[in-house]
Amino acid sequence: MTTVETATGPAKTMVLNMGPQHPSTHGVLRVALELDGETVIKADPDLGYLHTGIEKSCQDKTYSQAITLTDRMDYLNPLGNNLVYCLAVEKLLGLEVPKRAQYIRVMMVELQRISSHLVWLGTHAIDMGAMSVFLYCFREREEILKIFERFAGQRMMTSYIRIGGVAVEPPAGWREMIGKFLKMMPSRVDEYEALLTENRIWQARLKGVGKISLDRAIAYSMSGPTLRAAGLAHDNRKVFPYSSYEEFNFEVPTRTDSDCYGRYMLRVAEIRESLKIVEQAMAKITDSGPIRTEAPGIVPPEREKMKTEMEALIYHFKIFTEGFSPPPGDAYVAIESPRGELGCYIASDGSPKPLRCHFRTPSYVNLQALPLLIHGQLIADVIACIGTIDIVLGDVDR
Amino acid sequence: MSESGQQNATSVIVEKLRGWNAKAVSEVIEFHGETTVVVPRELLRATAEYCRAELEFNFLSDATSVDRFPGEPRFEVNYHIVSIPKRLKLRLRTRVSGSDPTVDSMVPVWPGAGWLEREIFDLMGIRFNGHPDLRRILLPADWEGHPLRRDYPTEGFRDIPSTYLPAFKKQ
Repeated sequence: MTTVETATGPAKTMVLNMGPQHPSTHGVLRVALELDGETVIKADPDLGYLHTGIEKSCQDKTYSQAITLTDRMDYLNPLGNNLVYCLAVEKLLGLEVPKRAQYIRVMMVELQRISSHLVWLGTHAIDMGAMSVFLYCFREREEILKIFERFAGQRMMTSYIRIGGVAVEPPAGWREMIGKFLKMMPSRVDEYEALLTENRIWQARLKGVGKISLDRAIAYSMSGPTLRAAGLAHDNRKVFPYSSYEEFNFEVPTRTDSDCYGRYMLRVAEIRESLKIVEQAMAKITDSGPIRTEAPGIVPPEREKMKTEMEALIYHFKIFTEGFSPPPGDAYVAIESPRGELGCYIASDGSPKPLRCHFRTPSYVNLQALPLLIHGQLIADVIACIGTIDIVLGDVDR
Repeated sequence: MSESGQQNATSVIVEKLRGWNAKAVSEVIEFHGETTVVVPRELLRATAEYCRAELEFNFLSDATSVDRFPGEPRFEVNYHIVSIPKRLKLRLRTRVSGSDPTVDSMVPVWPGAGWLEREIFDLMGIRFNGHPDLRRILLPADWEGHPLRRDYPTEGFRDIPSTYLPAFKKQ
């Protein structure tokens, strides 16, 4: 608590706890705000309310068992978490994933990106008071979750992306399902824009709020839409392409206004770009072909083979009891999650369990800059800034 | 950039580092297109500053720690840095012993290291000299121990007062 000069003389600041239970902190986030009247002077985020020790648990499981744990970190982007972990393990093993499986991965991860941005838009809008947008976004997200359920049997924690490829063959009729979604979606995005983009209240609440300069954004390791809205066209899909992204034709939206409104426009543009990528991926995926690489001892054999061939049965048994051991070494792979740079660092010591499995999560690193974004702003703007960074507490705390 | 293209460009970087201070590059590890430069602990801050100022590594991707208990040196601290203008990645590694787990903080070089180092301190117990705000971040402030260390169990109970969980009274 400090003393500040006010219009009526020196006064003490007030420390207000924006507690872990709050409908607008997008999870269990506690921010201790030091206020001069309604202006924020200092902010100290207090994390850990959702810390479940995922990294420690991953180190106690074999490499393929840990995939299901990765789903649960950033719970709005489970396929992305699966992908980054599998890419890191595949790098350690030197595995080459077949192109068809890579295209399926890209399609699923981009659908996940659209669904994550829809949740972001819906919750950000409802925080600002635009309640109908929330229901519209979740209506579209429902279609994406139905697609995931058809592909993987699960709406959210799919664990669909596995080491060496994807888990199962795409279901019958998947092209019609995704084609229908792609035809419907662009007009729905137009609907959201019609409600918000030129809306005077929306603009008044978001324009000029939560500004950060590009130099500070880079210095504080911000990534994703927050960095791109500050002016730098840095997207891991373009700069360090992975999983065949170099074969896809898409733009990386970039802006220079670096405020909440700019980030809103940027994410809506990203939804449209992701729709383009899904359409291209759908055209590239052939009707038949491999969905997982052939790597006996690492990738389990097909169930029919396991039931008839002795060798396949032994491989299946060894993989699911003992697991496989990558050579000693380490690997760091970074992908572009809807929130920014999502990285997975795995250190192997030659045993079937990872020696160290660390996830560099974008929400955690971006949240670091929250005190910079909200300095000198009002309490209501704190809600806008927390929403605009797009944090997911599972991603922050793991 | 292809893997080999990346590797050529990073070997140029490693040569520049050697030219600046040969003692800073005590070991170079190449693995699947990734280059790791092992730096002695005393020279880490200076090497990082050189990488940021002269070699244009302006972005800190990640800071990680590895516990190799019971091997010595016990801890490894890795800094994954990216040069956005040159599209290059590099890993700086330093090894510290279990009896003196202290490393110079990279916050003066890349402010984004602030929370990454706090997490390493919280979960692994490695202290960072010169960190502006080194305290626990994910665990409660009064937690004892550092869970990510290999000698810390993955599951179990601590002394829980029996008034909280009557079914699990201490025997």
